Amino acid sequence: MAKIKYIEFNGTEHEADVANGLSVMEGAIQNDIPGIDADCGGGMSCATCHVYINDDEWFKKLPEKEMGEDDMLDQAFEPKSNSRLSCQLIVSDDLDGLTVHMPEKQV
Amino acid sequence: MIKTDVVIIGAGPTGLFCAHQLGIIGLKCEIVDNLDKIGGQCIELYPDKPIYDIPAVPKCTGEELTNNLIEQIKPFNFNFHLSDKVQELKNENNKWLVKTLNGKEFETPSIVIAGGVGSFEPRKFPTKSAEKYDGKSVLYSIKDKTIFKDKSVAIFGGGDSALDWALELSNSSKVTLIHRRDEFRGAPASVQKIKELSDNKTINLITKYSIKDVKGNGSLESVEIKSDTGDIKVIKADYVLGFFGLIMQLGPIAEWGLNLDKKTIPVNTENFETNKKGIFAIGDICTYPGKLKLILSGFHEGALAARGCFKYARPDEKYRFEFTTASSTIKDRLGVKE
Repeated sequence: MAKIKYIEFNGTEHEADVANGLSVMEGAIQNDIPGIDADCGGGMSCATCHVYINDDEWFKKLPEKEMGEDDMLDQAFEPKSNSRLSCQLIVSDDLDGLTVHMPEKQV
Repeated sequence: MIKTDVVIIGAGPTGLFCAHQLGIIGLKCEIVDNLDKIGGQCIELYPDKPIYDIPAVPKCTGEELTNNLIEQIKPFNFNFHLSDKVQELKNENNKWLVKTLNGKEFETPSIVIAGGVGSFEPRKFPTKSAEKYDGKSVLYSIKDKTIFKDKSVAIFGGGDSALDWALELSNSSKVTLIHRRDEFRGAPASVQKIKELSDNKTINLITKYSIKDVKGNGSLESVEIKSDTGDIKVIKADYVLGFFGLIMQLGPIAEWGLNLDKKTIPVNTENFETNKKGIFAIGDICTYPGKLKLILSGFHEGALAARGCFKYARPDEKYRFEFTTASSTIKDRLGVKE
């Protein structure tokens, strides 16, 4: 279980306890947190669960991107060097306290 | 005006199998899809990715699944209207009048929306200022490449479309290719060629930059780009091209008075009808308690929606359930000779 903080583009904060094994994307969807669309449902084929990890320490601590994630991020709205797809961030106790920022929009 | 029993919106696997089921029970349909090819997400997003959960098919790619579905509905000779989009629905005397973007008109008692997560549209630049030039000097697809002759063209993106157009246009235009990172997702041979043309200064290649703003006075003059570290460059450009892949937009579907739950349409699971009489929704776009976004669920939903359409297409007939193994009527429809 990890407490994840989701911050919308307008600054609205949401916090959710997300069970281990779920993705950060699923944590948002299951808790009705706006700002993450996840059109493809976690198949890494749509780039609409795009988030920024603004804390550099956290960004480095996350599991590295697998092949294909950056290819999808190329197609996201305003990708930056601290962009991740939240469907690829699998929750474990290690992610307790993670904060993700949502972009202005997903599509 | 084309009169038909059913208009299916979306030529993905769910729409295709629903067409099959309509054919089996003796109904006609017309299929409209925004893409220029049949197959929906299967063909656009993962043509080569194997799918492992189609019943009785241990493994197949999105393309194979699509080709098999096309083969399966071939006996019915249904019409496809590709690169077109249903724009407007109107109800008159219990018939739906359907108008498409390309000006086609249908009259039908039933519509099946099998639109996935919406229609595929190119992702556009996030900068507001680019909207002003949209379709004129800021483009997301190319219809006539002669307009770029001897012009400065800034191309954004790292996939095959961006690379292929950069290579093609570098013959007769001043091309700058801009991408957000050093790695490209396009074909390795194209990446190699781009690097060669960059080395001999035929193409101006800039990586780790993205668009900041477009500038012009009436006509487009330049594009401002920024790096992650905040450096800014200004590139002269008569045209700016963006190739960031496709996104899915619900589009006009949202304006037809259907109940919506986020981006999905609630249906009744007896026949997958929506809150509007004669409009059905199946596949990823529909929602109900327990909904799974699986292709196999879409197949089931399409089979039931087809029976739902029967009631409207043949109001005076009673639907009779038959097996394809046993029914001679169905075998006639399939053109099977025994």
